[in-house]
Amino acid sequence: MTLTLTLREAPPAPVDAEAIAPERLAGLRRAELDRLELGCGNRPMALSELFGISGTPGDDVRIEGDLSRFAGLGAGMTGGRLTLAGSVGPHVGSGMRDGELIVEGDAGDAAGAGMRGGRLVVRGSAGRRLGGADPGARAGMRGGEILVHGDAGEEAGAGLRRGLIAVAGHVGAAAGLRALAGTIVALGGLGAQPGAGMRRASIVTMTDAPLLPTYARACTYRPPFVGLCLRRLRGLGLAVTNTQIDGRYTRWSGDGLELGRGEILILEPEP
Amino acid sequence: MRLGDTEVVDTFAEAFTMWGARIVVTAGSPAWAAHAGRSLTGFATSVIGCKCEAGIERELAAEETPDGRPGVSALLFAPDKEGLGKRLVERIGQTVLTCPTTACFNGLSAEEEADVGGQLRFFGDGWQASKVLDGRRYWRIPVMEGEFLVEERFGIVEAVGGGNLIILAEDVATALGAAEAAADAMRAVEGAIMPFPGGIARSGSKVGSRYKALMASTNHELCPTLRAQVDDSQVPEGIGSVFEIVIDGLAPDPVREAMRVGLAAAAKAGARQITAGNYGGNLGKHHFPLRELVP
Repeated sequence: MTLTLTLREAPPAPVDAEAIAPERLAGLRRAELDRLELGCGNRPMALSELFGISGTPGDDVRIEGDLSRFAGLGAGMTGGRLTLAGSVGPHVGSGMRDGELIVEGDAGDAAGAGMRGGRLVVRGSAGRRLGGADPGARAGMRGGEILVHGDAGEEAGAGLRRGLIAVAGHVGAAAGLRALAGTIVALGGLGAQPGAGMRRASIVTMTDAPLLPTYARACTYRPPFVGLCLRRLRGLGLAVTNTQIDGRYTRWSGDGLELGRGEILILEPEP
Repeated sequence: MRLGDTEVVDTFAEAFTMWGARIVVTAGSPAWAAHAGRSLTGFATSVIGCKCEAGIERELAAEETPDGRPGVSALLFAPDKEGLGKRLVERIGQTVLTCPTTACFNGLSAEEEADVGGQLRFFGDGWQASKVLDGRRYWRIPVMEGEFLVEERFGIVEAVGGGNLIILAEDVATALGAAEAAADAMRAVEGAIMPFPGGIARSGSKVGSRYKALMASTNHELCPTLRAQVDDSQVPEGIGSVFEIVIDGLAPDPVREAMRVGLAAAAKAGARQITAGNYGGNLGKHHFPLRELVP
């Protein structure tokens, strides 16, 4: 059974929605659900003030409406399925550990920041620091998968330590900034300074990229992991071509100012 | 019992508990996958001398493999799980890692696992890198050709080793023809392999020897040339050659099914008599009575 929350009207101020995750709502009786408080600006608002509530709390939650003033939806969720049928505010799915979170519109900044597991799917575009580090933290995403069907903003995967970020569209500047490990796949190209300060991570892109001079060309080859990874992404619904799966990639190693064990793999155009 | 013109002895095959794994090897072409598969499963006929038993389970089409390339699946068995883990690391390290264009994947979901890629990664001398996809960790090991990709953990299961059929006929050509027909039929059974060359052993053994250093020796009871010299010969009058097919499986059912189809094929191909090897039922946990396999 699905619990459906339908937004009554746009809230008067930004809402801290970290309380909304399937496992946190699952154990609540209807009266408790109605009274559940979310911080709206500088005052609390009951869930029933903000949303029309139908269905039964369980491991499947659907929220309908323009949620762009809601921050932290699904933050830290540990299981179940949360579908957000509209655009959402910042920090959606930040620190999530398991389960599936689907954003049917656009996601704000820091979507999936500090994520540790599970899958975050954004059908639209994502803002800055997708899968990045929380303020003050060295490491960003530590596990799981983020799939964005549109574009992603600047500093996607900043501080990435583990996990996979895949973007069907364009990824903004400084992708993989100071990334420690993990993988970023940019099917629609990269902005300026990709992999700045990167230590071990991989960035895979399908078009030529404006690389920093601290990256050195290694060779052109068919990395077996890329084919495996792209087949996985195709299975998850991203548009990946056979050319991308079977293609030859040029490996650039860097960042030479850091450990230098990172790589940017750029698909070679077909002859 | 009779199956057509073939006498089927009312006995049973006695098999033992082993530990097994399925290895999926892919490569840039079917030929290189086959090279790797043959090397991986080579010199693995019997635990007596090879520490493990292995065979190619089947060829895999590109659409059946994790990376969309042609491949083979191989099964490897060892007497205990620690030994199986060691054999996996040794064999994949020496035969798959070294083989051009290959990658290597776990082919078995199981509760227990052996660390394979996590050991082989050290060949990378610090340049190796790991990637996690869908909860499975892979190791990328730089090699002179490019890069070797190997999954970290391989599922291992309690398995069955030593299912067998013994095929007797009046001469080598007839006995071997019947054994070949049986082995061909058995190859269609998923989850089972026949570890001897071509699936067939001409030198079945018994436990022990008159020489103390040997733990196994020729099965004199089934050597046609000794029929007139030994008191306990099991070779009937008119039999000139005997072959054995040993079957290892990931579970009892594939072994039983391989014996069933093999028995039928051998009988149809001219076996005079079909029997099975056992130790009186006191040693092996798994018993496969031939009576249950005759239609």
